[in-house]
Order: sequence, then C-alpha cells, then structure tokens
Amino acid sequence: FPGLADVSISQDIPVEGEITVPVGSHSPDEDYSTLDEPVKDTIMRDLKAVGKKFVHVMYPRKSSALLRDWDLWGPLVLCVSLALMLQGGSADSKDDGGPQFAEVFVIIWFGAVVITLNSKLLGGTISFFQSLCVLGYCVMPLTVAMLVCRLVLLAGTGTVSFVIRLIVVGAMFGWSTLASTAFLADSQPPNRKALVVYPIFLFYFVISWMILTFTPQ
Amino acid sequence: IDMENMDDTSGSSFEDMGEMHQRMKEEEEEEADGEAGAGDEEDGEFLGMKGLRGQLGRQVADQMWQVGKRQASRAFSLYANIDILRPYFDVEPVQVRARLLESMIPVKMINFPQKIAGELYGPLMLVFTLVAILLHGMKTSDTIIREGTLMGTAIGTCFGYWLGVSSFMYFLAYLCNAQITMVQMLSLLGYGLFGHCITLFVTYNIHFHSLFYIFWLVVGGLSTLRMVAVLVSRTVGHTQRLILCGTLAALHMLFLLYLHFAYHKVVEGILDTLEGPNMPPFQRVARDIPVVSNAVLNTTAKAIALTL
Repeated sequence: FPGLADVSISQDIPVEGEITVPVGSHSPDEDYSTLDEPVKDTIMRDLKAVGKKFVHVMYPRKSSALLRDWDLWGPLVLCVSLALMLQGGSADSKDDGGPQFAEVFVIIWFGAVVITLNSKLLGGTISFFQSLCVLGYCVMPLTVAMLVCRLVLLAGTGTVSFVIRLIVVGAMFGWSTLASTAFLADSQPPNRKALVVYPIFLFYFVISWMILTFTPQ
Repeated sequence: IDMENMDDTSGSSFEDMGEMHQRMKEEEEEEADGEAGAGDEEDGEFLGMKGLRGQLGRQVADQMWQVGKRQASRAFSLYANIDILRPYFDVEPVQVRARLLESMIPVKMINFPQKIAGELYGPLMLVFTLVAILLHGMKTSDTIIREGTLMGTAIGTCFGYWLGVSSFMYFLAYLCNAQITMVQMLSLLGYGLFGHCITLFVTYNIHFHSLFYIFWLVVGGLSTLRMVAVLVSRTVGHTQRLILCGTLAALHMLFLLYLHFAYHKVVEGILDTLEGPNMPPFQRVARDIPVVSNAVLNTTAKAIALTL
C-alpha cells in the first residue's frame, strides 16, 4: 500500500484533539475529587468517622469498621484530655502528687505500642496502626470515669466517695478491656486469645489505677 | 584521551550517584522501555562530564553506591524485621501456665542438663506484672510522692534488674563455662520473677513484717532454688557451680528484700510521722504536709543509698 508507506506528520501541522477520561459517577477512588469540595464537608466526614468509632466502642460489637478505616484522632483527643485531667496540682508546687502530662502521654502510647508488638509477635493478623487505633479508642470509658471521679471529688474525699469512685472506675475498666478484646482477640488464632488479653488487662489496669488514686491538691 | 577537562569535583561523588540513580529510576518509570538506562557514553553526555578520569571515578562511585545500598537494605530487612523475635513468642497459654508453676518447683536431678525453654513472652509479661504490682504497692503506701518518678522508677527497676542481671549472669556463665544461651538466661530469670510477684502482691496488701520474711524465705527461696538447680545441672566443676549459684541466689533474694524495704520504708516513714496504727489504704489520702513529704523523700533517698 504505497499510500500508507509514509505516515509521518509534518512539523507545521499541529496535532490537536481532546483527551478526556470519562469520570463515572461510581468511581472507586473519590480521593482525587475531594479537592474541590468545601472544607466543611471534609471536616464533617472525618468527624463523622471518628464519632462512628466512638459509638462502636460504646456498644462493642464485632464490626470491622473500627479496624478497616483506622485513624488516630480519637486516641489523640482522649489521651490529651485524660492527661490534662490527671494533671495534679498547680504548676508552682514542687510535689504536686499527680502524674505529669508527659508521663501519662508516654505511658499510654508506649503501652499501646508494646501491646501491638506483642500481638503481632504472637501471630496476629492485625496491622500496627489498626491495633493502636483500637487501643486508643477503648480508653474512652476510662476518660469518662476520670470525669466522673473529678465530679465526685468535688463533693468530698471520704470513704463514700472512694467507694463510688472504685465502683465507677472498676466498671469502666471492665468495659474498656471487653471492648478492646472484642476487636483485637479476633485477629488471633483461637487458642492464644488469653495471651493477648492479659497485657491489655495490665495496660488498662495501670491507667485505672492512676485514675483511681488521683486526688486533687 | 582528553585530560584537559579533568573533573574531580562533586560530579562523581557518592551523593551524586544517588541522585543520578534516582533520576534514572524516575525516567525509567515514566517510559515503558529502558531508554534511560543507556550506556556509559550517553551518561557522560547526559550529565555533562567529560574526561576518562571523571568517568572512572563515576563508575567507582556508582558501584559503591550500588553495593552500599544493597548492604543497607539487607541489614535493614534483617534487623528491623520484627520476625526475628517471633520464634520466642510462639507459646500456648497452657505452656505458659505450666512454666509458671514449674518455676517454683526445684528439680532434683542435677547431674543431667535440664531443659530451659527459650521463650520471652512469659518473662516479659512477668516483668510488666511486677511493674504493676510495684505501682500498686507504692500507691497504697502513699500518694505524696510524684507519680511520674513512681512510674519511671518502677519500670526502670524491673527492666534494669531483668536485663542487667541476666547479662551479668550470662557473662559469668561464659566465664564459668556453663551451657546456657542469653535467651535461656533471660527466660530463666524472668520466670524466677514469678515468686517475687506473688510475694510482693501478698505483702503489699497485708502489712506484717513476719509474713514478709516467711514469704521471702519460702517463695523466694523456692524460685531461687529452681534457678540454681537448673544452672548447676548445666555447669561442670565445683568452683564454677559455687560462683554461679552463689551470685544468682544472692542477687535474686536481695532484690526481693530491696523491693519490699525500699518502698516499705516509705510506709514506715509516713506512719511514724503521722500516727501509730496501720490505717486502711484507701483512707491515706493526700496530705499537704510538707514535713511528711520531706521525711518521705529523705527516707527513700537514704534507703536507696543504703542498698546501692
């Protein structure tokens, strides 16, 4: 075919046209199109995700939403508020009798990292940040307990107040442990669940102990 | 050979090799075929370096970069891999329970080397449990000492004992020709802390001196005997056995004494300062009496200084 032998495009004829990729209405990656939405939508979406996770912690069911889209906003907010509330007396007293902000922060995050490493070493199928996410969100009942303790301590510091605080903190500690167990133990082989639950129990025990023995100066 | 434009400057340095490779990699990713991975002549023209010496230097640096990168990635995947520790955590709950109970039972047969399980889950959990018990004990004794130092001291003490004494005993075992590896030593000493946990848990809640001494002798003694028997079974020679076992027994028992008394002194200090009889723990709320806190700090410092 002699006509097709020379199909080169000469230099002075510009090639023009349109290259469009049809964007379907059900495209799976919406990430590329979220740049144009208003900021309120972005924030509300994240806030709703965080709020949904809080609800999951309140009523622990075996759902994978907490695990699938992990985020660390909730744990950060909870950890900071707990550390602020556990802050002892005023800054100018030498022995303020309470843990400093940095200590609570370090204990919570270091403890969560250790538990995560432990569950991974025991053969867990959960990823590092998913486990951190679950452990952080399950601190929420203990934060609520801290709030209640502070309110009770406003009323007085006697035996009755101690008993009330003991009951509240104990109940919340049990709830935290159960909630995190419900999410984390499933990722383990069935006969090793106890090995994973025990460090979680210790971790929340230490936090509960810090809350229970908190007395404002 | 054109030696005029000898270019020994940064054109052929290590970092530039990295940049060049990065650029080449990016170009390769853009185009489907390896046009960018061209020969040396095009590289020379591409980067604008001329001269044989520049090219040689470039090649050497190039090779160094390749080798270094390969070694670094190999080292990283070897050491930063968490899977190295995985075999030491491969246990069943039944096994852990069995080993915990076994750690209190001294073996009788010391002429045959006893088997030590090289497992790190049990010891690690026991160390954390000991930390939690220490915190509990320190809390029931007083609420005036800053909690930050409480937490740091507890963790530092327990982990320091476990890791430090294990390393020291491993070193002694190496000197005395005992057949034991580092992981086995860590495991043995870790399980030996089970006796400490029980003793402290009981005696922090029931404050009787005589009870503590009984527990120290019986429970501490049993776990020490077990560790000593296992070590003896793996050592040859009387002097070596004596050295190893004497050191381990002394350190183990003294540690329990220290844990009880260093923190117990704090209790006594408060009790002596305030009033006589034992008060129930939960009524010992914080008292903002500077005298007490000073006495407490002084006593703790003295106790630490005495035991060190």
